[in-house]
Amino acid sequence: MRGNAEAHELIAPGSLDAALDLLADEPGEWTPIAGGTELMVAHAAGRLNAKRLMSLWGIQALRFIETTEGNIVIGACTTFRDLRASGAVAADFPLLAQAASWIGSIANQSRATLGGNLVNGSPAADSSPALLVYDAEIELASVRGKRRVPYAEFHTGYKRTVLERDELVYAIHMPRRFARHRQYLRKVGTRRAMAISKVALAANALVENGSVCEIRVAAASLAAFPTRLYRAEDAVRGGAVSTEVIRAARRALLAEVVPIDDIRSTADYRKCVAANLLEEFLVGLQTEPR
Amino acid sequence: MSADWSAIEFVVNGETRNVHVPPMKRLLDVLREDLHLTGSKEGCGEGECGSCSVRMNGELVNSCLVPVLQAQGACIQTVEGLACDGELHPLQQAFLHCGGAQCGICTPGMLIAATHLLTNNPHPTMAEIREGLAGNLCRCTGFKRIFDSVLSAAAQINEPTAQEAAHAR
Repeated sequence: MRGNAEAHELIAPGSLDAALDLLADEPGEWTPIAGGTELMVAHAAGRLNAKRLMSLWGIQALRFIETTEGNIVIGACTTFRDLRASGAVAADFPLLAQAASWIGSIANQSRATLGGNLVNGSPAADSSPALLVYDAEIELASVRGKRRVPYAEFHTGYKRTVLERDELVYAIHMPRRFARHRQYLRKVGTRRAMAISKVALAANALVENGSVCEIRVAAASLAAFPTRLYRAEDAVRGGAVSTEVIRAARRALLAEVVPIDDIRSTADYRKCVAANLLEEFLVGLQTEPR
Repeated sequence: MSADWSAIEFVVNGETRNVHVPPMKRLLDVLREDLHLTGSKEGCGEGECGSCSVRMNGELVNSCLVPVLQAQGACIQTVEGLACDGELHPLQQAFLHCGGAQCGICTPGMLIAATHLLTNNPHPTMAEIREGLAGNLCRCTGFKRIFDSVLSAAAQINEPTAQEAAHAR
């Protein structure tokens, strides 16, 4: 433990309103902490810059999963364990349930939250590719009110988001309209458990009469933040999946991803694997669903 | 700057405990330094190795990643809470019997993660045991003896008592 616990303030406002008031009174002064699976690592290493922290753990108004006829709404402090245990998530958003089961270990999943995963802004975030292909929207709250932004526009750069200094992520919304879509998620890391991804790819597509009418592809660890791969999608949408189309989609993907060399992998490896994952998904589309 | 300290009251292994500590102090350090419960170990200090595993309100957590303020009012179970009246828990007995412990650093975390697994899933498959303990690293045993220990303990825990067996007949 290289950090100094006494150098940091931590308070528990106890309610969403109290938390928002605190953020409004002193914008930028307070850093929210939920399950601590990211910030406490920095704390132990002695590199936690935030001096004043505000605990969101235990605020029930931020931990819920609600479904309406057309949507699911997931509170920001819903844990990955909650997501894995949810029948509604498993039924309509299987890629999110699967991503939740891949995050860290059981002990990490019981503490790490969906909102925390997004705000942390890691390019390798496990939940992000699934949220991107499900057209998620992020609902932000402040004393000024609530607003919603498409998740695809939430990240603006490496570890940067559209969150204002007085805002919290309140909830994640997703439309329940993917029951007929073919769905795909694969994470490539050094081991099945615990590993941070070298590459992860999520995709879904609606195939009607042999033609791909809708397709979404999203990736982690291929750019400064998790992103949709629009050019790869464009290369596939509107026709049958032929060998030609797969080749074009691979080329499009390689042209739009910007991976880096780092301790976990190399840019070249990431590109090659990402194209292979896309091909695996597209080849799957050529066969009838089981 | 020195932040205000917090009065924390929680239940550890069935006993109400009070500590006055910095709120950002890690639960692991409070257990070890303030309550002198040194069974929980620090391995990596970043939630990767699981040697600090404890159960908090029935959830498995890495105590190195919990600021103690978030344990206010919680029920905590550590490895010290497993044995009862001097009798080892069946998991501890199985670890002894199957050679599931060598150097011992990972053992408290393994025992707690295994306790958590068996509490939620009394009849785990080998795959479920591997997943349940995937967040706990051992550098001695090669894991097989640990997994065998958990299987063996599950069998023993689930074995009907003589009375139940008689009743079933």
